Amino acid sequence: MKTPAVTVAWLVARRDLRLAFRKPSQLIQPLMFFMIVATLFPLTLTPELSRLRDAAPGVLWVGALLSSLLALEFLFREDAQDGTLEQFALSGQSLTWMLFAKTCTHWLLTGVPLALAGPVVAGMLGVPRPALGGVLAALALGSFALSLIGAISAGLTLGARRGGVLLSLLTLPLAVPVLVFGADATQRAILGDGIASPMYMLGAIAVFGITFAPLAAAAAVRIGLE
Amino acid sequence: MRAVLHAGGFCQHDDDLSNGPAGCPGGGIGRRNGLKIRRSQGHAGSIPARGTIPFDHCMLTVEGLHLWRGDRHVLRGVSFSVEAGSCALLTGRNGAGKTTLLRAIAGLLEPEEGQVRWRGIPARAQRDAFHAELAYLGHEPALKGDLTGQENLRYSVGIRRGVAAAEIDAALARTGAAAFADRLVRALSAGQRRRIALAGLLLLNASLWLLDEPTTNLDADGQQLVADLAAEHLARQGLIVAAVHHSLPLPADRLLGIELAA
Repeated sequence: MKTPAVTVAWLVARRDLRLAFRKPSQLIQPLMFFMIVATLFPLTLTPELSRLRDAAPGVLWVGALLSSLLALEFLFREDAQDGTLEQFALSGQSLTWMLFAKTCTHWLLTGVPLALAGPVVAGMLGVPRPALGGVLAALALGSFALSLIGAISAGLTLGARRGGVLLSLLTLPLAVPVLVFGADATQRAILGDGIASPMYMLGAIAVFGITFAPLAAAAAVRIGLE
Repeated sequence: MRAVLHAGGFCQHDDDLSNGPAGCPGGGIGRRNGLKIRRSQGHAGSIPARGTIPFDHCMLTVEGLHLWRGDRHVLRGVSFSVEAGSCALLTGRNGAGKTTLLRAIAGLLEPEEGQVRWRGIPARAQRDAFHAELAYLGHEPALKGDLTGQENLRYSVGIRRGVAAAEIDAALARTGAAAFADRLVRALSAGQRRRIALAGLLLLNASLWLLDEPTTNLDADGQQLVADLAAEHLARQGLIVAAVHHSLPLPADRLLGIELAA
């Protein structure tokens, strides 16, 4: 009897979670990167909160994007190296579901901590307290979209010898809309405006990502395994 | 036009095999440039298996595979077929294309020409169904260093079929891996990892085994174990395609030697 696709996805997710907690350094690294980048701005730009506040959306989102690019390298790399991805592809089960599960777990392990660190960093940059909820929400949704987009490029660069640079080059153009709407949402939150419209756009990108990214990633991984 | 050698003699058949497995009975092997026949024995008799359900009549047919890796023409028209209860042993020097052929059969590599048929239907047209019946043991044992042997198998077999912990333990005991199955794989030797991977192979319950150097890193005991497992699999009417450097001690009437020329 064949295991149903949802059970397969759940097993893949549980396996990744267990692995992540046995080796937490991979999770902490992108988070630390994000925190450090954001901390450097008050030191280099100006310690004046009103001016930092103007730069905050940019700092937060550039930091988040670079940090998620760093984390993307871990998405498929190990599984590709030790032959696990090959076994996934040969399991007769839906590779799309498995990669979707992996991507969601990846977001849970890297994107969610990033979003949680967002308000802390934002506070440091002089973002007023009422805006912090919006910062968190935008980062959570934005990082999910980034993970989904990144899954495609991570799949495509599997076969490349030095995939890291290529991965960034491939992901960055696709990530620009997330960056634009995410920064816009953060800006609006800081100014006290409604963040609904950029959040809808981020949501639309995420929905589009959920629909197509796992399919594209599965196709990319099959090519990458050749 | 291709000549296929059978146990009972020659038969000729053209490229259209749409009539399914019946179109080519017996474990015959074809002949093309780049491929030498050593021995051909087909029609393995149905030996009643003990306590296990034999697989139904299956057959794997490889038809004129041509595959390029970069600018190298690695597979030059490889054709052979394996039927239930027999084993094709791929031999040849390093770089002769043994792994490439196995990966092409598995569907990990897309051949430039030719095709692989499973039960008479092109494998590509029924990819998931074909993969559900296939177990591929590659160079890498596909184990996670940060999980124990048991955990590894629970996840890797679990995505294929529901498997109970007792069943996993039994398979680990069968391959002599019970003693170290609860240790993290990163702390195990290559041979011990291989034994865990073999337990996984058993648990997949697949009818077609694709084995890439299955005895690598194993001690004399372990090599005998691989031969025993293979013989049991054949007795259950399973199929094996194995790339080997040293022949597996299997019953000669079930073996099909295929030498790939570099």
